Amino acid sequence: MADLLIETPEGLGCPSGRFVIDPLLPVERAVITHAHGDHARAGSNFYLCQTDCAPLLRRRLGADARIQTLAYGERLSIDGVTLSFHPAGHMLGSAQVRLEHGTSGVWVCSGDYKREPDPTCLPFETLRCDVFITEATYALPIFRWDDPAAVAGAILDWWTGNAGKASVLFCYALGKAQRLLAELLRKTDRACFIHGALEIPCEVYRAAGVKLLPTRLIGDEKRFAGELVLAPITARGSPWMKRFGDFETAFASGLLRVRGTRRRRGFDRGFVISDHADFQGVLRTIAETGCSRVLVAHGYRDALSRYLREERGLDARAVSLLREPDAEGD
Amino acid sequence: MRRFAALYEALDSTTSTNAKVAAMVAYFHAAAPADAAWALYFLSGRRLKRLITPRLLAVWAIEETGTPPWLFDESSGVVGDLAETVALLLDAVPRRAAELFSRPGRADGSLEPVMLPLESAGIPKTGAADLPLAGLIEGLLLPLRDADEAAKRAAVTGLWAALGVRETFLLNKLVTGELRVGVSDTLAVRALSIRAGLAPAVLSHRLMGTWTPGAALFEDLLRPGASETDHSQPYPFFLASPLQEAPDVLGDRALWLAEWKWDGIRAQLVRRQGTAWLWSRGEELITDRFPDLHDLARALPDGCVLDGEVLAFAHGAPLPFAVLQRRIGRQKLTPRILAEAPAAFMAYDLLEENGTDLRTLPLHERRARLKRLVSQAAQERLTLSAPVTAPSWEALAAERAHSRERAVEGLMLKKLDSAYLVGRKRGDWWKWKIDPYTIDAVLLYAQPGSGRRATLLSDLTFGLWDAGVLVPVAKAYSGLTDEEVDALDRWIRQHTVERFGPVRHVEPVHVFELHFEGIAESTRHKSGIAVRFPRIARWRIDKTPPEADTLAALRAMIRA
Ligand SMILES: [Zn+2]
Repeated sequence: MADLLIETPEGLGCPSGRFVIDPLLPVERAVITHAHGDHARAGSNFYLCQTDCAPLLRRRLGADARIQTLAYGERLSIDGVTLSFHPAGHMLGSAQVRLEHGTSGVWVCSGDYKREPDPTCLPFETLRCDVFITEATYALPIFRWDDPAAVAGAILDWWTGNAGKASVLFCYALGKAQRLLAELLRKTDRACFIHGALEIPCEVYRAAGVKLLPTRLIGDEKRFAGELVLAPITARGSPWMKRFGDFETAFASGLLRVRGTRRRRGFDRGFVISDHADFQGVLRTIAETGCSRVLVAHGYRDALSRYLREERGLDARAVSLLREPDAEGD
Repeated sequence: MRRFAALYEALDSTTSTNAKVAAMVAYFHAAAPADAAWALYFLSGRRLKRLITPRLLAVWAIEETGTPPWLFDESSGVVGDLAETVALLLDAVPRRAAELFSRPGRADGSLEPVMLPLESAGIPKTGAADLPLAGLIEGLLLPLRDADEAAKRAAVTGLWAALGVRETFLLNKLVTGELRVGVSDTLAVRALSIRAGLAPAVLSHRLMGTWTPGAALFEDLLRPGASETDHSQPYPFFLASPLQEAPDVLGDRALWLAEWKWDGIRAQLVRRQGTAWLWSRGEELITDRFPDLHDLARALPDGCVLDGEVLAFAHGAPLPFAVLQRRIGRQKLTPRILAEAPAAFMAYDLLEENGTDLRTLPLHERRARLKRLVSQAAQERLTLSAPVTAPSWEALAAERAHSRERAVEGLMLKKLDSAYLVGRKRGDWWKWKIDPYTIDAVLLYAQPGSGRRATLLSDLTFGLWDAGVLVPVAKAYSGLTDEEVDALDRWIRQHTVERFGPVRHVEPVHVFELHFEGIAESTRHKSGIAVRFPRIARWRIDKTPPEADTLAALRAMIRA
């Protein structure tokens, strides 16, 4: 029984279907799990992605890119390999890739995923499979996420508590920002400001029917006292910040679970919220797939695969793919 | 406890001084006096004695959660702190999930959970997270001091089961004696003074020395009006700020007192009620460490307090600080040591005379009284810090250039009309130190730093050339920017040659310019030399290891 997916210099490749999932280098056929920059790279000839992912992917790749879409659950046969996308709960249009081919059994590549509720996308769908390829961005037992609604409540408290100054909340511009805006909408309808980098992602989300807090693009305004501003972390310390006068900063990321990171980053506040599965989330998912073999692709690969081997009796190993060190959209 | 945990987090998560003070003021208003007294105990930098080692806490947490020890270590490498790793782990691993992921063949060996009889300590189990800070410390933790390991474990794991993640983290820091709160004690005093509506000086005086937290203490602190505190108490020290520029900026030379900056132990000699006490700047009572100063203290009139420097002094001249340091390091003061490093008190200032607080008088007035008092006492081991009389800033700079030969660290410049203030207030008192010693050394070893840089390899050891080999000479952890520390951390992780526990031996590639304040022979150091206050001045990316300095060059500085 041949392996359906193998490590190649281009990424996780399917020799039978002649495609590569989230290729690192340009290939003929690219299957994209979601639109974050570390998964969706330009240069390939053909792209296949989930329907809601396509507008975001198009923004990244340009008008000329050849993109084919597939709805969740819809099946496509590629050189005899049956492929379908299933919700991964990571962001709008994020997908697990399910593959089935002859005697190789069912393989599922998770892409980035999480198990916590997220109003901007469908919840993670558990799939039974023989081989599961999981990410491990936060797969250490110290990582556990709080209820996102509680985090949104803490953000709102921080915002309303900063009456006399601007509250500048840094977060990843695609995915995390919209998730925060959607969570906040459940608690308030007060508009907030956004940095230009968030404008298009918010438009795409709204066009897909996702309800977000009303937003105003930062223009020539001078008064930001009492306002919430969402901005990408790259704006921190840039001249762009000068307009806010008196302000507090916060950062929303799973990284901030660790006190040393919170302190070293030096934000006034840290909100622990992540779009990747925490340790228990990863373990629960693996258990639910019923798989006997696990490949661990990102993050704490060695630790998770060793844990699965020694403590769970699974056939698990780390796969090494060339990849930038930090996961995007954490 | 929940309230104190919230205060801790507020202080920990902001860099704004105003926000820190506001959080403390709010806490002092809301907390019960007994809890507030303990909070103040920690805010002023005091700690509980260690009850349990961090490693033992880790072992308990590993067993309670069924975490493989290697996975715990992997996690603690990411967190950089055992007490925090334990708290995060207990929070993240559902303890009943043990059977969900039970290790094959370990089923019978599973641990019976030991629960603390919280009810017997008068604390309802469900409300444990809200148990008062004072109740937790006095009722549960302090009694554990003489308990055996099983009892300690039962108490701690019982609390773990009842507390949230923030409270668990604090508990772990408390029992390991590692609780550090991110404020200076001046800031805590400022907050308390706002709460009490009293001058900060009154409160810092009331807070000096040793005290036992309790509701009565806290209420005493808030008592309006000047207080009749313990007679042994010194005054809060007034500290000078470093002068970074030429002293011309201070204006007319004639308005300033210049004196040598002696390199000893800054101290206050308190003479009241027929007894004498000697306090170090760290508010430590050091009377017993200096029996050779007792005679001179008894010769002083009652009701006076002197500010000055304890020095090792022989034949009318001060000895290098290293001599005094050797004496401090000894457990027992033998006659030989006392003879080798006899102490003297160099007086700078007079803070109290005839039981009257003189601190608001101008310095020239206090100095006149001090001079009279020192000469009347006529004690060999009590001297007045003599003014350096060079008439112009230029002449003074010329004198300062000879500081090293005099075994002083430079000059102190004090405004003649200045009051004796509290803490480090810029403007009236300056320390004009001589430039530090400088060497170029090669990075040899690295290990994780502490505090803010606990996750980074920022505790560095540097070496100099000796007969073709690099010999370690100094450890330094400060002086680099955050960016440099990050970059160096990454480089070290990729270029570790060998590991001994937390210590990594790295390829000798990077040269750093180190500054330090003093240098002395030492038998305790491999290099035979001990340097004082080494710090990193800059990363010499322009230099290669062969261009670094030699041990011989460093040794030559001792004699210079
Ligand atoms: Zn992603």
